[in-house]
Amino acid sequence: MKPSPFEYVAPTSMEEALAVLAGDPDETKVLAGGQSLVPMMNFRLARPERLVDINRIPGIAGTDVVADRLVIRTRTRHLALQNTSLPGPLGHLLRHAAAKVGHLPIRTRGTFGGSLAHCDAASEWCLVASLLDADITAESQARGSRTIAAADFFRSIFTTALEPDEILTSVSLPLLDDSWTAGIAEFARRAGDFGIVTATAAVQVVDGTVTEARVSLGGVGEVPFRSVAAESTMRGEAWTTDLITAAAQAAAEEVDPPSDIHGDAAYRRDLVRALLPRALGRP
Amino acid sequence: MIGARALRIEDPVLLRGNGRFAADTVRAGELHMRVVRSPVARGRIVTVDVSRALLLDGVVAAWTHDDIAELPAIGFRLTPRDDLLPYRQPVLARNEVRYVGEPVAVVFARSAYLAEDAADLVELDIEPLSAHLDSDADPVPWVDAEQATWAAGLGRDLPAQDSEATEFTTEYGDVERAFAKAVAAGGPGTHRIVEMDARVGRHSGVPMECRGLCAVYDEAEQLLVVDGAAKVPFWNREAVAAMCGLPPHRVLVRETHVGGGFGPRGELYPEDVLVAVAAMRLRKPIKWIEDRQEHLTTTNHSRDQHHRMRALVRVEDGWIEALDATFALDQGAYVRTHGATVASLTASMLPGPYVIPHFRVVARVRLTNKTPAGTYRSPGRYEGTFARERLVDKIADELGLGRAEVRRTNFIRADQMPYERPIQAMGTHLVHDSGDYALLLDKVSETFDFAGIRAEVERRRAGGEVVGFGFGFFVEKSGIGPVEGARVTVDVAGQVTLTCGASSVGQGVDTVLAQVVAEQLDIGHDSIRVVRGRTDQFEYGRGAFATRLAVMAGSAAANAAENLAQKAKRVAAHQLKVSVEELELRGGSVVVVGRPEEALALGEIAGLLEPIGAGRLKEEPGLSTDGWFRTDHMTYPYGLHAALVRVDRGTGQLHIERFIVGYDVGRALNPTLVEGQIAGGVAQGIGGAVYEEFRYADDGTPTCTTFMDYLVPTLHEIPDVEMLVTEDAPSPINPLGVKGAGEGGTTAVAAAIASAVDDALRIPDAIRSVPIRPAHLRRLLA
Ligand SMILES: Cc1cc2nc3c(=O)[nH]c(=O)nc-3n(C[C@H](O)[C@H](O)[C@H](O)COP(=O)(O)OP(=O)(O)OC[C@H]3O[C@@H](n4cnc5c(N)ncnc54)[C@H](O)[C@@H]3O)c2cc1C
Repeated sequence: MKPSPFEYVAPTSMEEALAVLAGDPDETKVLAGGQSLVPMMNFRLARPERLVDINRIPGIAGTDVVADRLVIRTRTRHLALQNTSLPGPLGHLLRHAAAKVGHLPIRTRGTFGGSLAHCDAASEWCLVASLLDADITAESQARGSRTIAAADFFRSIFTTALEPDEILTSVSLPLLDDSWTAGIAEFARRAGDFGIVTATAAVQVVDGTVTEARVSLGGVGEVPFRSVAAESTMRGEAWTTDLITAAAQAAAEEVDPPSDIHGDAAYRRDLVRALLPRALGRP
Repeated sequence: MIGARALRIEDPVLLRGNGRFAADTVRAGELHMRVVRSPVARGRIVTVDVSRALLLDGVVAAWTHDDIAELPAIGFRLTPRDDLLPYRQPVLARNEVRYVGEPVAVVFARSAYLAEDAADLVELDIEPLSAHLDSDADPVPWVDAEQATWAAGLGRDLPAQDSEATEFTTEYGDVERAFAKAVAAGGPGTHRIVEMDARVGRHSGVPMECRGLCAVYDEAEQLLVVDGAAKVPFWNREAVAAMCGLPPHRVLVRETHVGGGFGPRGELYPEDVLVAVAAMRLRKPIKWIEDRQEHLTTTNHSRDQHHRMRALVRVEDGWIEALDATFALDQGAYVRTHGATVASLTASMLPGPYVIPHFRVVARVRLTNKTPAGTYRSPGRYEGTFARERLVDKIADELGLGRAEVRRTNFIRADQMPYERPIQAMGTHLVHDSGDYALLLDKVSETFDFAGIRAEVERRRAGGEVVGFGFGFFVEKSGIGPVEGARVTVDVAGQVTLTCGASSVGQGVDTVLAQVVAEQLDIGHDSIRVVRGRTDQFEYGRGAFATRLAVMAGSAAANAAENLAQKAKRVAAHQLKVSVEELELRGGSVVVVGRPEEALALGEIAGLLEPIGAGRLKEEPGLSTDGWFRTDHMTYPYGLHAALVRVDRGTGQLHIERFIVGYDVGRALNPTLVEGQIAGGVAQGIGGAVYEEFRYADDGTPTCTTFMDYLVPTLHEIPDVEMLVTEDAPSPINPLGVKGAGEGGTTAVAAAIASAVDDALRIPDAIRSVPIRPAHLRRLLA
């Protein structure tokens, strides 16, 4: 369990990092928290010739509120989000999602940007980004900065819209006012494991009626799955427990999950049915 | 001192990070070994080409089977049977590979990184063959005549062998007649037949420290030094010496600290032989440290048994008149050092705490293209207890009797002890040395208020929760002989050293042995130096396995310390001009009873015993004595496990809310360590009952090769274990009255949890296999 030989570069500015990447984009990998990349290198499943470590670059961690959005810079550690004091439903969602990412040591190193770039279908951050239609900003030396909508970002398992010469620099999420309820419910065999199925949901209720509904599910496909069926079941309807049950049923019918040693398709559907209400605070 | 909650003398070193584990041995110029392993479950080796690996700078050697063709297959340490010999494992694969992970070639390089780079360059041309994975299926051809003859090494030709390595029957009474008589009696009469089909999945001990070994041939001392051994250093010395063509006294095997044993760690594996042979051939220090993926695919697997049982029971009270059982054990691809140990223990311990006048079990050990299997904490008992206790639950449920009541009906009674079953266990007569099973059941039920737990279950059920309570009863075995020895030495400064042939896998044996000596000499235990696990410091040691050391080494240490006290008293009697009977040991001195001012410290006595003085005293020089303990029988501790569980209706997630253990160890030398053993054992038992399983794809590719897929439970999944350790049945067959505590935390975990889950689901006989998966529970609840 030792990686194959690689070169290691630790630039102190984003320009330098982008230049290193531009020099040999296909054989260079960005090293952020290392919590996914390093195990893959140790198993020799990834054999990059060069690592460009972004941990010495100033100014690329932390969050800011800009107008009605929260900007999360790429190297923000999971733990920082678990401890965020951001008020309202978004703060609640971020704290609860972060707490479900691995174990404490992993959360002290792993990063928000790294999770999105890595694109594991069960990742809590990929689900949150998908749920809230995040805007994802990436930079390259050749083409400068661009913003990618979450819906276009997650392509397939471990594959995103990022080009090999790009670095993901920040992500923005809409601040949710108090008319929203947002949450996450995850099923894993052991504490700290990747969820077998994870449900995230955000619902806006005005005068007892659902005005906006978003549901994104993990563990049911190669990338986070936005359940159109569940969302449209809820939109415009009276906010009741029965409605949530119906939405969960609709989502369970809509998904086409894979089967593996952790759970077959039928079971994953059962989990969707059980978890979606829990994400919205109903057991 | 004996019976005290004494602090572990091992801990100050370990807690400061000063321990020396296998990888901590670093020698100048050492070479790192990396094993190239089969990527396929079964295939014919066409070529193995190491030439590209040898071209890499820093690579010193690379071998295939041809390079070590003279090495025989690896031998059996325990329970050898001739019919198993053709299934022994070669050090490197020979003609055919039989499991994913089987060593095919090996490289030696200047760093662990280079060694892995080089291993990548070894080219394997293996023609895949279809893998055989089902140990329930009829046997298939396994080794051809050539391989069988070679592997057996008997010097005579053997025919080809099929995948059933052995089948044997263990029995007493007359099962056939008992069943026939019941049928003859006819009608819906007094007896009924109850059947059980039970499976325990493939899992094993996963110590924190993976395997590892460092060896160097010391030219100056003419000695092959092997560091990092565990569990059975003396046996491994003999085996390594034989493999290297050295006499045993030219091999020194040293145990370093060991990060957990549990059965698999410390056995002699192909890698151990390669390290030792390479140290001899290459005349360089050789180091091999296993990584976790290797560990999960190549270190002994265990369990994986399928039991089928028929019991003839009396309808009136659930008395089991006869038990007719068979089981198949999935041995994996080779038979390793444990020979038929697991099958044999499964068979002989199957009746457990019950009388069962007529008993027969047919054991079948079958080969498959999986990682070879061996022992794991409570081998054979975990599996057999699960099957038997499931059966007893079913008997109770079918007859409408209480689960506790049926057990009471069948228990061997206290007044029947010692109770001899006319069968053998590990080559000894199976004699339950002492025990009061009904008393333990009563005590545990009262202490933990089983009636109250039941009432709570009913209450919560009424509130819609899926909760249940269940238990299992078991008999363990411990203290296998034949012999263990110890030497107690006091120097002129009065400092005490205990030297022995014991081994430590982290269980705290140093502490317990020190306590035993401290008790005799009336001194503190923490100043005693314990030397063990080094083949040049003591003549003999059978090792740390089968929960044997507290009994065996403990008794030997007690005898050695007793002998030392006698010798010290003889000298003191001479010096103080009193009789030996007037003397006693007090605080490390020999004192005259009633006149404490007349005393000689042990250090002073050691001074008197310096060679010249000893001659005058007509004593052997030095205050040092040996003690030995021999036994032909094992001791049989026993216990009860109970679980309170809740199942999440939506997800099927199983929550073990409470886990209760009652265990009688005869005498707890150190209750804290007994409790530690139990708690750790329970955690591993829960692993096998709920989380851990080595699974395989249809082509024989293992699918659980990392901790993401092989789910070892963590602190979050294990409840605080509630315990009642009793001393109601001291063993009459050793001086301390002790029975071992190492395995009883594990034995009945699967049985208890399955029973509780049945109860939670309110479906009798719902759980017939472990691990219990949430998807399965969810389906049962739907
Ligand atoms: C035991 C364990 C349990 C875990 N459990 C969970 C879990 O439950 N949920 C979960 O979501 N994650 C889990 N993780 C993964 C963890 O959250 C990782 O931190 C995360 O997936 C990747 O973030 P990172 O910063 O560590 O990225 P790295 O490992 O450094 O990189 C991952 C990939 O992303 C690329 N990358 C990283 N940053 C950038 C960037 N700024 N721009 C472009 N590409 C980039 C890298 O090149 C690499 O390909 C677990 C990890 C471990 C070891």
